[in-house]
Amino acid sequence: MISLFNLLLRGVRAIDWPLFLIAALLCAMGLLVLQSAVGGTDWRFADQSRYFVFAFVVMWAVAIIPPTWLARIAPLVYGVALALLIGVMFFGETSKGATRWLDLGIARIQPSEIMKIALPLLLAWYFQRREQRLMAFDFVLAFVMVAIPFFLIVSQPDLGTALLVGVSGLAALYFAGLSFKLVVPAVVLVLAGVGTVLVFEDSLCAPQTDWVVLHEYQKGRVCTLLDPTTDPLGKGFHTIQSTIAVGSGGLYGQGYMSGTQTQLDFVPERTTDFIFAVFAEEFGLYGALTLLVLFALLIIRGLVIASRATDTFGRVLAASLSVVFFVYVFVNVGMVIGLLPVVGVPLPFFSYGGTALMTLAVAVGMLMSVSRHQSAVDTR
Amino acid sequence: MFDFKSAAQRQRSLFRLRVWLAVLAVVAAFSLLGARLWVLQVQDHEGLLSRADSNRTAVLPLPPRRGDITDRNGEVLARNYLAYTLDVVPAEMGEPDLLLAQLSQVVFLSDYQKKRFRRQLAQAGRFTQVPLRNDLTDTEAAYFAAQSFRFPGVSLKARWVRQYPQGQVAAHVVGYVGRISEDDVKKLDAENALGNYRGTDIIGKKGIEKSWQEVLHGTTGIESVEVTARGQPMRSLHRIDPVPGENLVLSIDMDLQRLAEEAFAGRRGALVAIDPRNGEVLAFVSQPSFDPNLFVDGIDHESWRELNESEDFPLVNRPVYGTYPIGSTYKPFVALAALASGKRQVDTRIYDPGYFELGKTRFRNAGSAAYGNVDLHKSLVVSSDTYYYSLANELTIDSLYDFMKPFGFGQKTGIDLDTERQGVLPSTDWKKKAFKNKEQQRWYPGETVSVLIGQGYSAFTIMQLAQATSVLANGGDYFTPHLVKAIQYPATGTQRLTQAGPTHRLNLDPEHVRAVTAALEEVTITGTARRAFKDVAYPVAGKTGTAQLFNLKGSKYKKEDVDERLRDHSLFMGFAPSKAPTIALAILVENAGWGSEIAAPIAREVMDAWVLRDRTPQAKSSPP
Repeated sequence: MISLFNLLLRGVRAIDWPLFLIAALLCAMGLLVLQSAVGGTDWRFADQSRYFVFAFVVMWAVAIIPPTWLARIAPLVYGVALALLIGVMFFGETSKGATRWLDLGIARIQPSEIMKIALPLLLAWYFQRREQRLMAFDFVLAFVMVAIPFFLIVSQPDLGTALLVGVSGLAALYFAGLSFKLVVPAVVLVLAGVGTVLVFEDSLCAPQTDWVVLHEYQKGRVCTLLDPTTDPLGKGFHTIQSTIAVGSGGLYGQGYMSGTQTQLDFVPERTTDFIFAVFAEEFGLYGALTLLVLFALLIIRGLVIASRATDTFGRVLAASLSVVFFVYVFVNVGMVIGLLPVVGVPLPFFSYGGTALMTLAVAVGMLMSVSRHQSAVDTR
Repeated sequence: MFDFKSAAQRQRSLFRLRVWLAVLAVVAAFSLLGARLWVLQVQDHEGLLSRADSNRTAVLPLPPRRGDITDRNGEVLARNYLAYTLDVVPAEMGEPDLLLAQLSQVVFLSDYQKKRFRRQLAQAGRFTQVPLRNDLTDTEAAYFAAQSFRFPGVSLKARWVRQYPQGQVAAHVVGYVGRISEDDVKKLDAENALGNYRGTDIIGKKGIEKSWQEVLHGTTGIESVEVTARGQPMRSLHRIDPVPGENLVLSIDMDLQRLAEEAFAGRRGALVAIDPRNGEVLAFVSQPSFDPNLFVDGIDHESWRELNESEDFPLVNRPVYGTYPIGSTYKPFVALAALASGKRQVDTRIYDPGYFELGKTRFRNAGSAAYGNVDLHKSLVVSSDTYYYSLANELTIDSLYDFMKPFGFGQKTGIDLDTERQGVLPSTDWKKKAFKNKEQQRWYPGETVSVLIGQGYSAFTIMQLAQATSVLANGGDYFTPHLVKAIQYPATGTQRLTQAGPTHRLNLDPEHVRAVTAALEEVTITGTARRAFKDVAYPVAGKTGTAQLFNLKGSKYKKEDVDERLRDHSLFMGFAPSKAPTIALAILVENAGWGSEIAAPIAREVMDAWVLRDRTPQAKSSPP
């Protein structure tokens, strides 16, 4: 009896309550918006509710695992994820023009999802091992660990997920102590590059301009973002409709289930990648900002957990998982409101779909694991 | 101890600095999002709201009508007809299971159609039209119309459906369309052409339908319509008309095509007939064939298995995909090579004792016949292998390669069809690339011997043989062979031709061509094809051939019919009238034995039909 009670106590203690409350609140809002996006009655609402229950169990289970165990399985998880990614290249299933899925006989899985978790895990483990004797070469090696899955995922092609994996990997390098002499120029370079594209839009998108590095269709994608009206039946359609939806929401929104853009079917992919447009149309600027603040709190809570962690593994893992959440939200919202190209990244806890939700659950669980096991040590 | 602790603390505070910077970056990035939201939702709110209101205007794609395909005389091979379809608007249909159960009491719904409907339903918007059933009969349509009040959200529409009135005839030429697949979407997306396919659900999958897809498809139009609050179109505001796909006029003559296909009488094989004056393909036969109409609305499982697993490979486009050793039909070209090299004169005589010895290996004539003294003329008329074997000491494999390549052997001819294969024109280079093993990479003189009579590593398509025959027939002009003769604008009916002059010209000595042609004429008078061309009304040049078996694919044959399928392939190449040729052809009949018995008579039928028809005054063979 006592052991059972202990187990229960451990279970309750495993939960990082601030993190859990924020995530639960986001989940509840997500379900609410999904209900509106599908227009009242639809099997997707019931599906998603079931996914949430399952995700909660997964999160809890992961939270109970101590970080030391997580560190132990890190190389294995990464190795398996990498092998599956390579498997996708040869035996993958194609859906909607991209090869992302792998049929293992028992289940169809999306290896790039596993990689979102596996990469931070591996890097955290690696930097923990090399602690105290870090050399420049370690960063080179870590960079290679990031680059391999990145290019495998880009070739699927899945630019959104690749971006997510790549940025979270680079963030891990940053948190592990990559010299500012490298970090600052890299950040400046990226910002300058984006700036250039914005300033020289017209001449860059002229038909005769040849973009040496990128394919013609990639050029098309960027140029469509800069001026969506060039492809009103194709990709520009998404951006045009979603910005109209967001803008028509105004300060207070059109009201729940009353957004005309949503309810009249103008917002594409409104249950998945573009669900933020539904939310912003129906709940307005106040709603949207509230949502952004909630996400910011989630991310900052993750970073706080990282800063309180006592070892490199916990720090790097928690910090780069927080960055995963950040990239998710930033890329998705940026895409919906026409700041970023349409790359297909879901909005955490909002977009319909079970696979991405499981990844999120594991990530939240790991953050909790780092948080709770650390504090247990601290209080002693 | 102290040192260690301070190091850990230093590391910790450094990390905290980095975390703080990250927090700042997150806040900055989210502020950027917030600022953009403010711009959209406050600053541009009015404008965007009015756009959302006027977004009662939906932009609807107007799919273009696909172009027709006709033969050179206007006989239709592919067209569109209006068919009744059932479309469903998900928002209004109620429970899908109930709907399907009730609806299948009124019109027939197959399991496949139900499954497809459910799949599309999962991805469709609530106000989009989801197709449920195509091609309703008039009775079904009338029956549904009477009951339609029971099915809100289900509408009866008329829509263009692709149809192939010729059925199995020329199926490998025209090919077929099918539903746009995920791979197609990927390809269109890469070409940034996906927008032009909104509202279209079919795309060319095989044959002309595939290789001329862009021309046939046309350009999708756009219509802005005002919609009600429920999304129903009310009135049209602005319209850009679709540009219909262009019609294609093929160089194929359907009368000739039908006759040629019937002449095969159920045998497997390939035939290509070309007009040597311009490269127009007059007949293009691949037997057995299939019915392209099966594929238009998605082929059902059973028919697909039957076609795909048949040992006769009806789906394989034999003239361009099947590669074969072409046996003795290669000899006229080898003869030209021998003359061009200067190693043989027209009157050079080789003693043929029935075999040729290279080192210790003895290469025998087919049937081991001995022909005595053989010159070039006789070598073709009686088809002496030894005459050609003997060149092995004088012609290198690479010089043979250089001579044959311009004829198109072992090269893609560039015909406007998909799935064309290159085949193999052997050379030392080719062998180095084809084999890994050092020993195998070497070229052995004995291998040249087989190549000289069209065996060994040689593997050509019948398309290539027909093309080479055409080049020989016209004395050296290489026209890229083509099936589409002209493109017709549907609105005005004006046509533009697809090709003007020859692509390149081979440097053939007219004397040599004359000598070889004279010998090929003799083949049809006293030689191996004399029976097939008995009493022919015009001069014919031709050559029979028999090729040792070379399977299309490594398939497992049933034991009981091994014998039949191990027989040699029967071949014939030729052109007529030989003085001023209007038709050049090549034919292969699989497992039919001697070329003179099966392939040559079919060639005769086709030539008769074309040449004699050409001479009748009312013939409409000369195009505008």
